[in-house]
Amino acid sequence: METILLFAPLVGAILCGFGYKYIGEKAAMWTATGMLFLSAFLSWISFVTFDGVTQHIEVLRWIESGSLSTSWGIRLDRLTTIMLIVITTVSSLVHLYSFGYMDKDPQWKEGESYKPRFFAYLSFFTFAMLMLVTSDNLVQMFFGWEGVGVASYLLIGFYYRKPTANAAAIKAFVVNRVGDFGFALGIFGLFFLTDSINFNDVFAAAPKLAETQLTFLWTEWNAANLLAFLLFVGAMGKSAQLFLHTWLPDAMEGPTPVSALIHAATMVTAGVFLVCRMSPLMEFAPEAMAFVTVVGASTAFFAATVGLVQTDIKRVIAYSTCSQLGYMFVAAGVGMYSAAMFHLLTHAFFKALLFLGAGSVINAMHHEQEMTEYGGLRKKIPFTYWSMMIGTLAITGVGIPLTHIGFAGFLSKDAIIESAYAGGSGYGFWLLVVAAAMTSFYSWRLMFLTFFGKARGDKHTHDHAHESPITMLIPLGVLSVGAVLAGMLWYGSFFGHADQVGKFYGIPVAEASAHGETSDHGEDAGHGEPAADDGHGEATAEGEHHYVFAGKPGEGGLYFGKDNTVLDDAHAAPVWVKVSPFIAMLGGLLMAIWFYIINPSLPGRLATAQKPLYLFFKNKWYFDELYNVIFVKPALAIGRFLWKRGDGGTIDGFLNGVAMGVVPFFTRLAGRAQTGFIFTYAFWMVLGIAALVTWMSIGGGAH
Amino acid sequence: MDNILSIVTFIPAVAAAILALFLRGEDEAAQRNAKYVALFATSITFLVSLGIYFEFDPANTGFQFVEEAEWLIGLKYKMGVDGISVLFVMLTTFVMPLTILASWNVRSRVKEYMIAFLLLETLMLGVFMALDLVLFYLFFEAGLIPMFLIIGIWGGANRIYASFKFFLYTFLGSVLMLVAMVAMFADAGTTDIETLMTHTFASNSFDVLGIHVVGGMQTLMFLAFFASFAVKMPMWPVHTWLPDAHVQAPTAGSVVLAAILLKMGGYGFLRFSLPMFPVGSEVMTDLVLWMSAIAIVYTSLVALVQDDMKKLIAYSSVAHMGFVTMGIFSANQQGIDGAIFQMLSHGFISAALFLIVGVIYDRMHTRDISAYGGLVIRMPAYALVFMFFTMGNVGLPGTSGFVGEFLTLMGAFQKNTWVAAIATTGVIFSACYALWLYRRVVFGDMIKAGLKTITDMSMRERVIFAPLVVMTILLGVYPAVVTDIIGPSTEALVANFNQSLAAADLTPATQTVSH
Repeated sequence: METILLFAPLVGAILCGFGYKYIGEKAAMWTATGMLFLSAFLSWISFVTFDGVTQHIEVLRWIESGSLSTSWGIRLDRLTTIMLIVITTVSSLVHLYSFGYMDKDPQWKEGESYKPRFFAYLSFFTFAMLMLVTSDNLVQMFFGWEGVGVASYLLIGFYYRKPTANAAAIKAFVVNRVGDFGFALGIFGLFFLTDSINFNDVFAAAPKLAETQLTFLWTEWNAANLLAFLLFVGAMGKSAQLFLHTWLPDAMEGPTPVSALIHAATMVTAGVFLVCRMSPLMEFAPEAMAFVTVVGASTAFFAATVGLVQTDIKRVIAYSTCSQLGYMFVAAGVGMYSAAMFHLLTHAFFKALLFLGAGSVINAMHHEQEMTEYGGLRKKIPFTYWSMMIGTLAITGVGIPLTHIGFAGFLSKDAIIESAYAGGSGYGFWLLVVAAAMTSFYSWRLMFLTFFGKARGDKHTHDHAHESPITMLIPLGVLSVGAVLAGMLWYGSFFGHADQVGKFYGIPVAEASAHGETSDHGEDAGHGEPAADDGHGEATAEGEHHYVFAGKPGEGGLYFGKDNTVLDDAHAAPVWVKVSPFIAMLGGLLMAIWFYIINPSLPGRLATAQKPLYLFFKNKWYFDELYNVIFVKPALAIGRFLWKRGDGGTIDGFLNGVAMGVVPFFTRLAGRAQTGFIFTYAFWMVLGIAALVTWMSIGGGAH
Repeated sequence: MDNILSIVTFIPAVAAAILALFLRGEDEAAQRNAKYVALFATSITFLVSLGIYFEFDPANTGFQFVEEAEWLIGLKYKMGVDGISVLFVMLTTFVMPLTILASWNVRSRVKEYMIAFLLLETLMLGVFMALDLVLFYLFFEAGLIPMFLIIGIWGGANRIYASFKFFLYTFLGSVLMLVAMVAMFADAGTTDIETLMTHTFASNSFDVLGIHVVGGMQTLMFLAFFASFAVKMPMWPVHTWLPDAHVQAPTAGSVVLAAILLKMGGYGFLRFSLPMFPVGSEVMTDLVLWMSAIAIVYTSLVALVQDDMKKLIAYSSVAHMGFVTMGIFSANQQGIDGAIFQMLSHGFISAALFLIVGVIYDRMHTRDISAYGGLVIRMPAYALVFMFFTMGNVGLPGTSGFVGEFLTLMGAFQKNTWVAAIATTGVIFSACYALWLYRRVVFGDMIKAGLKTITDMSMRERVIFAPLVVMTILLGVYPAVVTDIIGPSTEALVANFNQSLAAADLTPATQTVSH
């Protein structure tokens, strides 16, 4: 079953991409979509029926060289099944949505067949993403990692006539490759030290790595920290974290369904998945983890500031994605991987919803993306309005404080902020709270500018604004349900008590004494079956300390170190910590109301008054300009220098000098014919061989 | 068949002789006959060579299918293949029919053209099979003559300059190699390669002209061979002949040059340098590793600013060969497996890339990147094939390009993390120049008037690319077809290398780890 769900999208991609000429466009697109729904159906089955025991399924041998042995295979544990449902659900909905969105795209000329190609790319992407998350070793993961990169490249550059789309596509691929550079070195290092790159072996060796010193470049490093750091560099690229984030906003050049699927719900979360997958290594790499936390928090803050002032609807959501990914990394960085995965899951629902909603708006407005041209669309496209409203309520984190009742983002985001506090990262905690306020502000700003107020922009466009077709509205409806319920439904599994989380992930838990000490018979607790018969599994205040994680590295979907008590500490966080994100959310909402409902001229005046700050945010902190000066231009200049001066001047110059002396001699010898020169060479060669042969036969006789 | 190697080697030569003796005239029919004879001969060669592939026993790390015969004046004719050479033989026989197919539109002196390619095939196969020094040298050097003719007669406008350059480089290397061979014969008393591989050449250090030579004779011999093989590879900084040769050569010439001729250098390192001069190799390892790392970064940066498609791909080739030398001189299983793999993979991918340039050169007669743009609109099949091999070139996992790069880097990491880290930046640069090339040629809107009537690939062109696509995917998804065959031989090579070093009281340098 796992093999079928993994390869169905690939089969769909091939049939759709190559077969559409024979079976027709419509049939091809439905084939791809059907395969995806099949895959999604099987994914949900495997998610629901998963029993906590990690499965390994080998499909085919792969790279083997000496002690290096890898194969194509499937590792099925809880972490995988979570990703499976996220990917296949969003992907199948996006396939469906694309029927409507990609119909009659004005970018294409009459008679150009672009839809099957689009569906084939989407399906291929899904396949690569599934390979990434089901991988049982680091190289297959790298295959998926680069595979999704290619799919992303192809889809960003889908409108290949547009120079900006082409540039954005290359940028995405190259910046990701910078991350892959770190990822690859991490893999080499792991192989060098553990003689394997299969997860089981690497996880088992993690405690030893923590005590190993490795010479890398100029100095010695602690192996666990170094390798965790290198792998995280890969994650930074894929998940658009600070310094390697520049490609994500530009990626919005791709069609909107792509942004929803790849650049919001799935591919960009691969970095978070990587860090969670490598939790057995990360737990032994405290310095690297601190770095993860700092980068995550900084990104969450940075992207939120930029999101405040963007006017392109998709760019606002793109920066929002960047920022939310920062949240996930903070959770992972403080050791609360399950909270990171929780937010990954809920974020997939509400962010895909927001993107698809934005797509519906864009579709209604004849492909206009500037929010300054929107306004008052509430009545024109009510279904889109309400689904985006749900998405906004979810991302800003609306819920009832101090309970577990609220929209998806309320539960998962609060879980992260509490974890950050409990994990002792003051930097992370405060930046995330501030970012939460900004998230609320820019999300409501988007809503107000789009759906409220008076209609701005082209009157004709507004008059003809229409609700999207049913194929686009169904996905919005389904995702809305997820954005409402996903948090409440799975709170216990991701962020409940250790025994609940342990059971969900298949991590053995042990009964702890009242002081939170691990008992010695931890192994007896077995896989995800805590001794619940004594009644302490209930969520009583005292019950919190009755179970602790007791798995060995590699047991279960995640690994929590012996002294990782963030989960319990987060539950015990003070009330002001627990309500702070809610207050931040309210603050952002009120500001947005003041700015965009009560006093609409205020933003303009403020932008003029605070011009430098406004421009700084508006121009994304000038990262693109900076990189252009530091990397792009010098690389080209050096290339030109090496070519003209290095190859041309020095190397060839030297040779030409020699040639001036030698060549005329030969040409004189050979006469004038061009081919005569060649025969000269042949002549010399034959002469050489003749000399050799003579000498050999004389010498040979001597022996 | 006891002499299958000779049969495979000389089928093309016999065909060439038939063409030379029996085919007369320059009319349409004669041209067609010449092409069909060449296609038939190369195809038969490939089919017969499959016998070598299937009969080959990977577990046996010695030479197989060995043939030995007395030859002129006391010289020996000895051929054989082992795990290291057998796949190069297969690569050659596989690529040649495609090369002939790619030359279908040649108009001038077709007969001579085909003869040159057929002779070239015989000589290249001989290089990979020869087990006698003199025989090897003969094949190795003689192979240049047809290549010269191909560039010199059917080449571009500036072919004389390219030929001169090639000559200067190669001549120096050849002379030095010849001297070393003489010295080897003097020392070991035989020209038999199998025997030479077990012979221990003196490695005690001595002083020459006030220079202290660590590793003694072995180092000197290593350097002499190195001069020849480094030019062939080509390694930085003796690579500048390659872009010029490629630019001037006709498409098929570039294909053979990139796919097979460049592999002779790498093969030479594996056949001579490592097994015969282990101490010399070890002494020079750091130098070679650094040259490889520099090559990768340097040529990638240069590739970034090229305006000529063929030059760009040629520089990219040099960068990819940097991975090969880096892998070989990592002198461990992953490194050497990776190097061989990279050479084979590059054989398919670079061949395809030069053919890709050829496709549009045939239509527009220019290789200038700025003359193109928006080809995807009229040539979707071409765009697909080009994209596929671009991805292979940047080493996308799932294509053969990845396996070689990955293994060589993994090998290098165990030897020297600086070199590995610098070389790994190559994966960033390769993405830059390859995608940038693709964007300028294939993407964008079609605004240039001359391109409005360009046609997509013909059936013949598709047939040429199909096998290359299959091989690139097969090797990328199931590399065991290669590693199963080369693995045992590589293992033996590494073991012998380490033994020889141990015997000479040296330990190979690796990264240090402490607990």
